[in-house]
Amino acid sequence: MVENTIEAFRAELRAWFEENCPEEMRDGGLTEGAICWGGKDWVFTSEAQKLWLERCAAKGYTVPTWPVEYGGAGLSREQEKVFFEERERINARSPLESFGIWMLGPALLHFGTHEQKLHYLPPVARGEVRWCQGYSEPGAGSDLANVQTHGEDKGEHWLVNGQKIWTSYADQADWIFALVRTDRDAPKHKGISFLLCDMEQAGVETRPIKMISGVSPFCETFFTDAVIPKEQIVGEENKGWDVAKYLLTHEREMISGGGAGLSGGGRPLGAVLADTMDVLDANTRADAMRCEIDALAIGLTLERYKDQSEAGQGAGDASAMLKYMGTELNKQRHELMMNAGGSDALEWDGPLGNRAGDWLRTKANSIEGGTSEVMLSIVSRRVLGLPA
Amino acid sequence: MSKLVMTEEETMLADMARGFLDGAAPVAKLREMRDAGVTHDAALWKEMADMGWAGVLVPEEAGGSDMGFAAANVIAQEMGKTLAVSPFLSSAVIAATALRQVSDARAMAALSKIASGEATYALAVDESVKFDPDAVQMEARADGNGFRLTGKKQFVVDGALADRLLVLARTADGLTLFDIPADRAGVTREASNMIDVRDAARVTFENVEATGEDVLGAVNNAMDVLKPALAAGQAALAAEMTGLSAGAFDMTVEYLKERKQFGVEIGRFQALQHRAAHLWCEIEVTASAILNAGRMLDEDAGNAEMAVSLAKARATNTAILAVQEGVQMHGGVGMTDAFDMGFYMKRARVSAEWLGDYSYHAEKVAAARGF
Repeated sequence: MVENTIEAFRAELRAWFEENCPEEMRDGGLTEGAICWGGKDWVFTSEAQKLWLERCAAKGYTVPTWPVEYGGAGLSREQEKVFFEERERINARSPLESFGIWMLGPALLHFGTHEQKLHYLPPVARGEVRWCQGYSEPGAGSDLANVQTHGEDKGEHWLVNGQKIWTSYADQADWIFALVRTDRDAPKHKGISFLLCDMEQAGVETRPIKMISGVSPFCETFFTDAVIPKEQIVGEENKGWDVAKYLLTHEREMISGGGAGLSGGGRPLGAVLADTMDVLDANTRADAMRCEIDALAIGLTLERYKDQSEAGQGAGDASAMLKYMGTELNKQRHELMMNAGGSDALEWDGPLGNRAGDWLRTKANSIEGGTSEVMLSIVSRRVLGLPA
Repeated sequence: MSKLVMTEEETMLADMARGFLDGAAPVAKLREMRDAGVTHDAALWKEMADMGWAGVLVPEEAGGSDMGFAAANVIAQEMGKTLAVSPFLSSAVIAATALRQVSDARAMAALSKIASGEATYALAVDESVKFDPDAVQMEARADGNGFRLTGKKQFVVDGALADRLLVLARTADGLTLFDIPADRAGVTREASNMIDVRDAARVTFENVEATGEDVLGAVNNAMDVLKPALAAGQAALAAEMTGLSAGAFDMTVEYLKERKQFGVEIGRFQALQHRAAHLWCEIEVTASAILNAGRMLDEDAGNAEMAVSLAKARATNTAILAVQEGVQMHGGVGMTDAFDMGFYMKRARVSAEWLGDYSYHAEKVAAARGF
């Protein structure tokens, strides 16, 4: 019976994808340039990209598991699995990616009020508002809770001053969710609030940071007497660390899953390497085999943890583990891809496109969202119970 | 495909197995057996048979409990945690799966003896230092209506004491699997003095007579019967190795919490915390591959080859890491016979080789992934 229902759902989805996904959107879209980020200032790269976003958004398919009233399609975990299988079957691009979907959404769904969800989530699902994340500061890297950006209580609003760093795509974002110290006297973790801030105001400025990959996906963001109305807090005042931690687990899952190339469209590494290296030398091949084995096993672990949490079995501090394993593996994969590309891989926009840029980008994977060392310390403390 | 979680029955089975094995087969028991120079505990195997473990893959009509491959993996994993000694893998998993492919009256009778614990089996494949069934050269020469087997096998696990042998040999047009009593004329068994204290043997066949009755499956088509049996054995061995990794790991973490140097528990040192945390991550990831192998064997056996090799390849690397880290984090005492870690290290090495080493299985995965 259940089997029938899910198969009917699959048939329905298959027909919908066939009918609605424009031909140009059926290339997997794994490159950075193919991603649709949305937002007020978003310029669609093609009419097809726009159409694909609109059609998906109308069905709730940009955020398939979110409740329908907040812009999603209300799919169960089992349906979600079928959804992605069917989307991958025709190699369709993801219609929309954003920090609003990956990070803010899960946090708001968990901690937000109904009004906040209704207000903020549908524009995210439709790709109309682009969010960025204001977490790290120059003095708060691995020691993230050492937030100094300060929100002064002005009754109806907070007056915010300070600086954030590594705010991805802040120069293109419309809104920022930020950790702000609202009580300087409380212990480090207890005086932080999770605030939502409109970046279209005089007190918010961004400056891109040029990275080793040659591009500037990260920014510095400066708050100078920025105004954040009191209703734009998620969760309780001074309890923002709980929201921050919850959001981080989603961020880590996202980085680990995407990083290992496990979330679909991931061709076998051997095939990718063979594109540029007709005969894999013995060392490259052995390394590639190990990477492939690890990627498959990490992919299964991702699946297992999702199944476990749906079955109500706790998965411990799984996100720390997955983040660590997935990102370290991704760095190895890209080293191998550079190796297989040989001298062709050494040119910016050379015969292999942005391979060098992609390779350099992966080096941040084991730093952003918590370094590998922080992840190991989390496992050590929370899973193994070793003394701090 | 069902979900990648342990079912309630499997969790209960694991708990029950753990309870039983902690009492009946702790590492101390292995140590006793080593000190006494014995490699098999018939009474323990009888108890396991009475609990349905020997018949875990035997159909109910042959007296088995028929719980499936995932369940067999659960039992093997718990056995691995305390290095329990039994012919479980050879008899209950490999031989039972092979016989089940045939399931004629004779096979059913044999299965029933496996389930009751009356008969134990060993698989004789290896002829050189590495596992490679396709390269088997041992000759089974046609002789009248039957065959004559001549050749040598090594690393026949459980082979010195098994009642019966499954022997892979070359016939006119391929490989054939024979099921013969271990005491048949012309069979000479020499027990190997194994580093892991378990039963293994070198077996010599000198013009050993085998009839058509002794052929398991069809002549020249051993793999129809043997392949599923090997897959089941490899998966269960991988599960056992993952249990072994977890056992070595638990012991190591306990030690980190107890041992003091420089006036504090050594588990406070970040260098050791990170080594231990990394090891835990590896074990978790491998555990997923084990669950998947069981699921594939139970639900889509025809396509389980990659899942099984993935499990064995991962389990092998993880176990070797676990025992090396175990010794390193124990320091000097980890090198002493008085501590149990050495037992884990030696068993891990033997299991790494048995039924295909890391490279063998990595090649299978690579082939399945197209390179």
